Amino acid sequence: MSLWVDQYRPRSLDELHYHKELTERLRSLAASGDFPHMLFYGPSGAGKKTRIGCTLKQLFGPGVEKLKIDQRVFLSPSKRKLEINVVQSNYHIEITPSEAGNYDRVVIQEILKEIAQTQQVDLSAKQRFKVVVLNEADSLTRDAQAALRRTMEKYMSNMRIILCANSTSRLIAPIKSRCLLMRVAAPNETEMHEVLKYVAKSVRIDLPPEAAHKIVEDSNGNMRKAILVLEALKMQSPDLTGPLSIAKPDWETYCHKVADLIVQEQSPARVMEVRAKFYELLSHCIPPTVILKTVAERITERVDESLKAEVMHWAAFYEVRMRMGNKKIFHLEAWVVKVMSLYKQFFYEMDISSFD
Amino acid sequence: MSFFKPQGAAKPTQKLTADPALQPWVEKYRPKTIDDVAAQEYTVAVLQKTLTSTNLPHMLFYGPPGTGKTSTILALARQLFGPDNFRNRVLELNASDERGIAIVREKVKNFARQTPRAQVVGSDGKTYPCPPYKIIILDEADSMTQDAQGALRRIMETYARITRFCLVCNYVTRIIEPLASRCSKFRFTPLDTTSSAARLEYITRAEGINVDQAVIDALIKTSSGDLRRAITYLQSASRLSASSNPPLPITSRDIQEIAGVVPDDVLNSFASVLGIAVDDAMDVDDIAKRANGSFDPIRKKVKEIIREGYSASQILSQLHDLVVSHPTLNARQKSRCALVFAEADKALCDGADEELWTLEVGLRVNKAIS
Repeated sequence: MSLWVDQYRPRSLDELHYHKELTERLRSLAASGDFPHMLFYGPSGAGKKTRIGCTLKQLFGPGVEKLKIDQRVFLSPSKRKLEINVVQSNYHIEITPSEAGNYDRVVIQEILKEIAQTQQVDLSAKQRFKVVVLNEADSLTRDAQAALRRTMEKYMSNMRIILCANSTSRLIAPIKSRCLLMRVAAPNETEMHEVLKYVAKSVRIDLPPEAAHKIVEDSNGNMRKAILVLEALKMQSPDLTGPLSIAKPDWETYCHKVADLIVQEQSPARVMEVRAKFYELLSHCIPPTVILKTVAERITERVDESLKAEVMHWAAFYEVRMRMGNKKIFHLEAWVVKVMSLYKQFFYEMDISSFD
Repeated sequence: MSFFKPQGAAKPTQKLTADPALQPWVEKYRPKTIDDVAAQEYTVAVLQKTLTSTNLPHMLFYGPPGTGKTSTILALARQLFGPDNFRNRVLELNASDERGIAIVREKVKNFARQTPRAQVVGSDGKTYPCPPYKIIILDEADSMTQDAQGALRRIMETYARITRFCLVCNYVTRIIEPLASRCSKFRFTPLDTTSSAARLEYITRAEGINVDQAVIDALIKTSSGDLRRAITYLQSASRLSASSNPPLPITSRDIQEIAGVVPDDVLNSFASVLGIAVDDAMDVDDIAKRANGSFDPIRKKVKEIIREGYSASQILSQLHDLVVSHPTLNARQKSRCALVFAEADKALCDGADEELWTLEVGLRVNKAIS
């Protein structure tokens, strides 16, 4: 019994629901025998991974679905042991180099060279090359990306690389210029409706249009989220009728509470209260960027038009600082104080520019 | 140990086995002689001299990507030594090889101190100058550590009689001063339009594909002087068009899609939400009206763009082009926008959140021009 998301994930290019043009492109590339390095990018839940899987199947046939999971151990230059999970079939290998943190360069060098220097042993294989799938390519360090550059050219005859990333902004230009870029946009509403209908039909349930509409609205273009919500709702009320309440994740309600606290009162005591809440969120492994974004968005719903731009501006400002810095809580708190002072200033027309 | 295999040797042997049809065109059409190198007249002229005099200084090649730095040195080495000697006279190390200080001390030093054997006639019957020294090519040298660069200093001097170094990098400022002063520097300029067009046309002829002038223009425009990028795009486009049935002609739209360029209509609608008049028909009152209460429309538009999966840096650079060349905005507005773009670019490089910063750019540009 697996989740619907996995169970009804398209397995071959023919089963894909949306982005027909992209599918056609992938099919013709796989057929041509002249397969380039590729970079799939797009928001999460848009179907990048699904498309990669389907393309691999088109390239090599059903053999790619026989997966085995290995744990590989690498030695960092300072003799530290790095453990990396590797998913592989006879034809491809899938790694997430960012698991190794700062040492991802070692992983790239070792694994890629090892694969690149051996040829395909299986004589019945459809293609002469093997494929390396690198997940979360946008979190590769500069060093690791630099290490990829020449390797991608040199070993083209034995290996193709498929990179999977959320955005191309963090990839260095030489990598982008060596890949064929594949943009996977999030599905639009009609496309999401279609997929939901398909899933509902496959599990033999009746999906009322209102429920479908609500799910689509809530999931914001994230297909994975939509299907998960559908399954959760099914558990809640088996016939999917009546008033449906899509349960918000509790961290989100918690973030909203923080936003309300900030808008209600601006005082040092309140800052302490907010800090306690932030600590709580951070200790539950909610990424600080997500916290900041959710709270900021909630605040913009509550405040006057003229303040909204300022709130977002400082959110962006402190978000960068948070990435550059080390202690996340400092920057979250600095932002809260800034927003509070802006709010107060706005209300009392107070001159507190000396705080800047 | 794998890195004790001579790297230079691995390449030519691979060339023989690889099916030329499957090779990336950037490799296939790498210049064979330095005369083939597109543009860079000055550098080529100087290196021509070294071919006849067979004396070579240490060299430092720098310039933006795709301008032919690696191609030039490889072509020069091939012309100097010929295919037979190439493997034992040239050591190529790049960022994909381990290049810490230990490697510089062992591998580079060992290679540098070998005295080259004399060789006269190549197996293909041609005579090559084959001067009595070896070449060590350090590709992407700007990603070497300071320590490793420091260790090179003395090695370069000690073995100068029998070994020449060629450092290749993008940013000359990242090479430590003592190394840079030991080399004669060659700057590679971004390719001008005519020479890139000539090279692209040569490739299309050799590959027997049919493209019109508009496609070549689009290639040059999207690649901004990076010939490697232009060739890769061309190959991808030709792959796509050839694999469809019946083969479709390549259009400039294809090139834009491959290059990840945001389509004009998306960008224009974003710009008009920001209050930048895109078409001349819109008058000033209209803009003023839009500027009031603009937060929600801008946020909605940004969300839409992020959902489509366009990259923030691409939007930024295209929006920048649009603003800078805009006919009606005044200089003050443009410079305020430029400040915003610069800040956002830095933030994105530091790995900031794309949605937040696209929104930030939108809001501040909106403020700057209203």
